[in-house]
Amino acid sequence: MKMDPVAVAIFLALFGFVTLLGFTAGRWRRGDLDHLHEWGLGGRRFGTLVTWFLLGGDLYTAYTFVAVPAVMFGAGASGFFAVPYTVLVYPILFAVFPKLWAAAHAKGHVTAADVVRDRFGSPLLALAVALTGIVATMPYIALQLVGMEVVIAGLGIPTTLAIPGLGAVRDVPLFAAFIVLAAYTYNSGLRAPAMIAIVKDALLYVTVLAAVIVIPAELGGYAKIFASVDAKHLLLPPASAGNLGGQSAYATLALGSALALLLYPHSVTGLLSASSANAVRRNAVILPAYSIALGLIALLGTMAVAAGVKADPAYAQGFKAFGNNFAVPALFLHSFPAWFVGVAFAAVAIGALVPAAIMSIACANLFTRNVFKEFLKPDATHREETRIAKLASLVVKLGALFFIVELPTQYAINLQLLGGIWIIQTLPAVFLGLYLRRLRPGPLLLGWAAGIGAGTWMVVQTGFKPTFPLAIFGITVPCYDALSSLALNLAVALLLSAAANAVSPRKTAAA
Amino acid sequence: MDEPETPRRFRAVNLLLLLPFAALLWVPSYNRIEPEVAGVPFFYWYQLLWIALGVVVLLPAYLGSRK
Repeated sequence: MKMDPVAVAIFLALFGFVTLLGFTAGRWRRGDLDHLHEWGLGGRRFGTLVTWFLLGGDLYTAYTFVAVPAVMFGAGASGFFAVPYTVLVYPILFAVFPKLWAAAHAKGHVTAADVVRDRFGSPLLALAVALTGIVATMPYIALQLVGMEVVIAGLGIPTTLAIPGLGAVRDVPLFAAFIVLAAYTYNSGLRAPAMIAIVKDALLYVTVLAAVIVIPAELGGYAKIFASVDAKHLLLPPASAGNLGGQSAYATLALGSALALLLYPHSVTGLLSASSANAVRRNAVILPAYSIALGLIALLGTMAVAAGVKADPAYAQGFKAFGNNFAVPALFLHSFPAWFVGVAFAAVAIGALVPAAIMSIACANLFTRNVFKEFLKPDATHREETRIAKLASLVVKLGALFFIVELPTQYAINLQLLGGIWIIQTLPAVFLGLYLRRLRPGPLLLGWAAGIGAGTWMVVQTGFKPTFPLAIFGITVPCYDALSSLALNLAVALLLSAAANAVSPRKTAAA
Repeated sequence: MDEPETPRRFRAVNLLLLLPFAALLWVPSYNRIEPEVAGVPFFYWYQLLWIALGVVVLLPAYLGSRK
């Protein structure tokens, strides 16, 4: 690919501006950044609007801009499950999170593991919740790095660079993305992404508006775009006798993703840094504004099909290196003038940077509070805590790199769906624990282990594709592994809790 | 020792929150092309429409929660 100096200059200017903003953000609503509470939760003073930006920056990520359109581009209708997914998230948010916020706020809890530790009095269960959060977030961060990588490569920056003394260095865009991310979270903690999220949103909406107006016009309207899609990709394959096919995969991917999303440490951090339960409720009502953008961006994958970018030799190299994940960068290069390519790519890159930063900060919080302080050094000073958190956030990002290098990334979305399979196993302890007083920590832990084991087994069996064909009464039901393994987890946790309660009614120890 | 649950009045409006689940998880109900709107197949515009409907069903519950 040729490097276009205009696109690169605009991209770098916007990125530089945002980085500067990140470094000054530490001073915004000043607090002592040596305190984990300040570095990791922004002092818990975020009102409705900042929470909205923060969560939007959090939930709508490279998943939206790169991964979902890639599936729409490569596999058609099945990628559109992201729309029902993001519709279903908000009723769940509305129903559960005000209660979780209240439970956390009353006792000064910062993470889901804190809440579980307090509710069940089991350090082991809290540890399981904390470690699951950290490991499950790694592939999700990996997805963000893939998003940054594809636009950096799309700018024409060479993927292999000969550095004197080191020889040929591969994956240059990936490491560039990694270094930017790491440098930028290290300093300002959660304040940086909160502030940048505002710039990110402005860039995002400009890009989306331009894309859904300019590109369809270039391609001759939506009717023409859909007409160019292969008939078998336009809808989900209908169920046949004995196999529910793509439709059950679609529904379970949507529901499983919606249940999983809010359990990620970064979602919990974002919501717990809200200033009131009402700020949380209000956000459930206003966050869907982002879903509209997500739906329209998903259709960029369809537009990329209509634009015929795959057959264009100019993008052959990108598709060869990144597969269908290159669909959106190719479409932008195909449709926009160079200067706006710079703007759009900056939107995508910053849109990946912000959530990746928030995710790694949330994991760092979790590690510091629920692993380091709980098990390794209970008497750590505030300064020590913050130092450990910063180190942990680096380690988490290295873990993310590992997932990119080791797993097939034909579809980047599979990275996020893999994280979902793991994080959803904390649902019984974190969500149901708020409602069901009869749950016991031992059975919850066994259920968690069963769910993690079954989910991981299924996803490995299918070569890291996230759905597994279940055979139910002779009918083949393709189901998202997260949902089927959660069912097993719940069955174990509920049945064993019931059995334990029957054998030895609960001791009435003080809570 | 069950701690006393905070008294919770059952609000019928909260049942509205179940509607999006019913509508979107029953995939065969919308996995079709017709009726198209401006060349966009039903499958696509129906689900996009639910983003707005999702807010509509949340509003009564939200307004009811404010006291």
